[in-house]
Amino acid sequence: MKLAYWMYAGPAHIGTSRVASSSRNVHAIMHAPLGDDYFNAMRSTSERERDFTPVTASVVDRHVLARGSQEKVINNISRKDEEQHPDLIVPTPTCTSSISQEDLQNFVDRASLSSESDVIPADVNYHRVNELQAADRTLEQITRFHLDRARKQGTLDRSLTNRPSANIIGIFTPGFHNQHDCRELKRLPGESGIAVNQVIPEGGSLKYLKDLPRAWFNTVPYREVGLMTAIFLEKEYGMPYISITPMGISNTADFIAQIGKLANVWASALSGKRLNYKSYVDNQTKFVSQAAWFSKSIDCQNLAGKEAAIFGDATHAASITKILVKEMGIRVTCSGTYCKHDAERFNEQVRGLCDEIIVTEDHTEVGDTTARIEPSAIFGTQMERHIGKRIDTPCGVISSPVHIQNFPLGYRPFLGYEGTNQIADPIYNSFNLGMEDHSLDVFGGHDTKEVSTKSLSTDRININWTPEAESEPNRIPGFVRGRTKKNTEVSAKQNNIPEITVDVMYAAKEKSSS
Amino acid sequence: MKTLEIPTFECETGNYHTFCPISCVAWLYQKIEDSFFLVVGTKTRGYSSQNALGVTIFAEPRYATAESEEGDISAQLNDQKELERICLQIRNDRNPSVIIWIGTCTTEIIKMDLEGIAPKLEKQLGIPIVVARANGLDHAFTQGEDTVSAAMTHRCPEYNHRTTDRRGENVAKHVAVDVAPNNKFSDEKGKLSRCNSVLFGSLPSSVASQLNLESRRQSVSVSGWLPSQKYTELPALGEGVYVCGVNPFLSRTATAPMRRRKCRLVGAPFPIGPDGTRAWIEKICSVFDVKPDGLEERESQIWKNLSDYLNIITGKSVFLMGDNLLEISLARFSIRCGMVVYEVGIPYMDRRYQAAELLLLQHTCEKMKKPTPRIVEKPDNYSQVQRMHELQPDLAITGMAHANPLEARDIDTKWSVEFTFAQIHGSVNARDALELVTRPLRRRSDSISGCRSLSRQTVDV
Repeated sequence: MKLAYWMYAGPAHIGTSRVASSSRNVHAIMHAPLGDDYFNAMRSTSERERDFTPVTASVVDRHVLARGSQEKVINNISRKDEEQHPDLIVPTPTCTSSISQEDLQNFVDRASLSSESDVIPADVNYHRVNELQAADRTLEQITRFHLDRARKQGTLDRSLTNRPSANIIGIFTPGFHNQHDCRELKRLPGESGIAVNQVIPEGGSLKYLKDLPRAWFNTVPYREVGLMTAIFLEKEYGMPYISITPMGISNTADFIAQIGKLANVWASALSGKRLNYKSYVDNQTKFVSQAAWFSKSIDCQNLAGKEAAIFGDATHAASITKILVKEMGIRVTCSGTYCKHDAERFNEQVRGLCDEIIVTEDHTEVGDTTARIEPSAIFGTQMERHIGKRIDTPCGVISSPVHIQNFPLGYRPFLGYEGTNQIADPIYNSFNLGMEDHSLDVFGGHDTKEVSTKSLSTDRININWTPEAESEPNRIPGFVRGRTKKNTEVSAKQNNIPEITVDVMYAAKEKSSS
Repeated sequence: MKTLEIPTFECETGNYHTFCPISCVAWLYQKIEDSFFLVVGTKTRGYSSQNALGVTIFAEPRYATAESEEGDISAQLNDQKELERICLQIRNDRNPSVIIWIGTCTTEIIKMDLEGIAPKLEKQLGIPIVVARANGLDHAFTQGEDTVSAAMTHRCPEYNHRTTDRRGENVAKHVAVDVAPNNKFSDEKGKLSRCNSVLFGSLPSSVASQLNLESRRQSVSVSGWLPSQKYTELPALGEGVYVCGVNPFLSRTATAPMRRRKCRLVGAPFPIGPDGTRAWIEKICSVFDVKPDGLEERESQIWKNLSDYLNIITGKSVFLMGDNLLEISLARFSIRCGMVVYEVGIPYMDRRYQAAELLLLQHTCEKMKKPTPRIVEKPDNYSQVQRMHELQPDLAITGMAHANPLEARDIDTKWSVEFTFAQIHGSVNARDALELVTRPLRRRSDSISGCRSLSRQTVDV
């Protein structure tokens, strides 16, 4: 057993549900007790999803425990099949089903006899993988299933598209700024003559999966999810892939250089024409992205040598570290990730860029480290934002896990050239606020804290609060406390009540709320 | 207690969305100030509470998960030793007055003997350990609190000792001031009506004070609350104590003091809405033989104060999908406000514990000349959404999973969860409850999009 207050990555079934609800017309059925379908609430609220989340639970209760689920899961699969005709139903194991050792494969075999939808059980081991790994695995599983079948049926079209094209693998709901990143990514190669063949899983239809191999190459923007699929496609279909995350100016340039290399392998063979990206990168870097200029401007001079701590998933933490150190001249004292399974690669990426590397899933360790090194700003997840609050250090949120405020309505990609702009703003603002705070401390602030303009009547002294009543307002939520006190005193004055008791207070509340 | 038959009880498949009962930790750890809640289970449980509790997680919470690992499941590790290690850590870091173990589905399935281990560790660590099995196999959402409160009743001090002591003191005093011995009986009787009513249900302390005040106005004073603000201040239970619930989901907590501690249960409607509050007080008064005073004027005054809200909702229809067991009381209150209730979904319906509430619901329907709603136990969300499409209610009270999709389909919704966190008990808070109900109706504007549906799905649900 492990004492855990907080988790950076969720349990496996969340990952599978994310793949299912990202694809079009796919339904996940969880074999789980009541209340485990909280993924629906998460997605519906954090992403403000307007449609019903295609995840239902086949509820495990005492009867199921006593007799096994028997027909229950199968009935639920056939029912979903009839009601909504999904292309694919994914029975999803949870910790409950893995502990009770139900034979999910058997359900699937029986259910697929009667249902028109395809049925694939998510092949994830609950105890060994987390949300991200499970999503990675499930995506690969679904892709493999459809390609294998197309190959057997002879419907697989392996001819390359006429124009150079790419697949984007690993855009998810509810991923951190994924929707915006996707739009930016489509634009990035698009502007230089490379079409997007398919985006999976977000918004993708399984019917078209068989056309995946028609792209010239694959791109995997986030290492955590999609890499398995890309590796599978490389092995089975000889498709090269790019796993560089185009976040920050230099990473984006590397990414485009890779695209150029891969596209030109075929381009020269197919059309005899080589594509040249150098001038494109140059132009974008200098004029479309403001980040290069920004880091040169005097504003950014103030940031030189400032210290920062970074924590997040492997992709974002590594990229942001690189941006801060190489592009903005900020000193990264500590960089870390919770993606333990990808620790080696993370170390490799940030080594030499920061003084200290931490790889942990324990937020108290992150908190302690941050408190010890006292950075001027933190860049991390929502948890680091709260750590920052506690130790009075500004924090920019750069990675999942996040709250609803990190699903902005406006266009806020982290990737590509527009992404570099979007990243520079919060980084700059975090430090700026930190400096302002600091100068306030030095000069004692602008405000005289003693002025209590919010206090009410000047003849307050005439009114007595009994000790019991005095403590009562402390139980009222802070933001209405002042008003309640004021109303009570006004009411007492009107009624010539010299002393305020608990009774008087609530009588006043009743009156004022009417 | 008599049970009540309303012909429209139905039971569906139980495929509905609700929170896991362990989410009760969210409000209970804040209510019981010196407690520490330890959820014994897997990552799924921890992640659930982390997400359900949202922001509160960050304020150095007094709860955590003892996360089972593969070795725990396959019994390669010793449960008792593991829990001992973890509880020691908690004792050292937080020093709580009580540790509450929340058993989950996982502990049920692998049959971890929490009730057996707890007393042993309790002795060893010197901290009380209370075990509550709040799992999704047996319970829904608010029923989690029920299991915790029921487990707490066993820890309440014994009532008899205290009274005999006090009586001894009183007698001594009485002798001293030379009071006639025949006063003794009436004195005891007077004390009876003042000192031995215990209310159960966790409410914010300001709401609890308001309810205390309501009953003190009728010269019935509340001797304690279960749960109390501090674990060390649990109320005394025993023969001669009357207990009364303030929330409809506390049926286990209602039976535990009756069966285990010889208390008497006051079966009353719940103090939600001015009508509920009055009926609740009246029932308590009747038990203590007190003639209620001024309740009628008070209720009508409150209704009068609510008239602006009532204008908004009178004649509107509402559909409760059901997820927190407050549904019957909310439906009753809504009908009294002039609404039409199409359907009351509810996870679990205890007809004995809720008998008085159901009766009041029926009377309210008659009085307001409104049809009795159909009550659907263990509802099926999919079918409910289909029904909603036919009925087109003005308002759906529903969980978070359905709220946004229903709004996109032009059905106004109110998140049911808010009713469990907002202050809706007692006459004073009737306005707050209506504030919640009317909010989606008040903000309504048709002008933004011009189109009725903003959904993308072609097939519904």
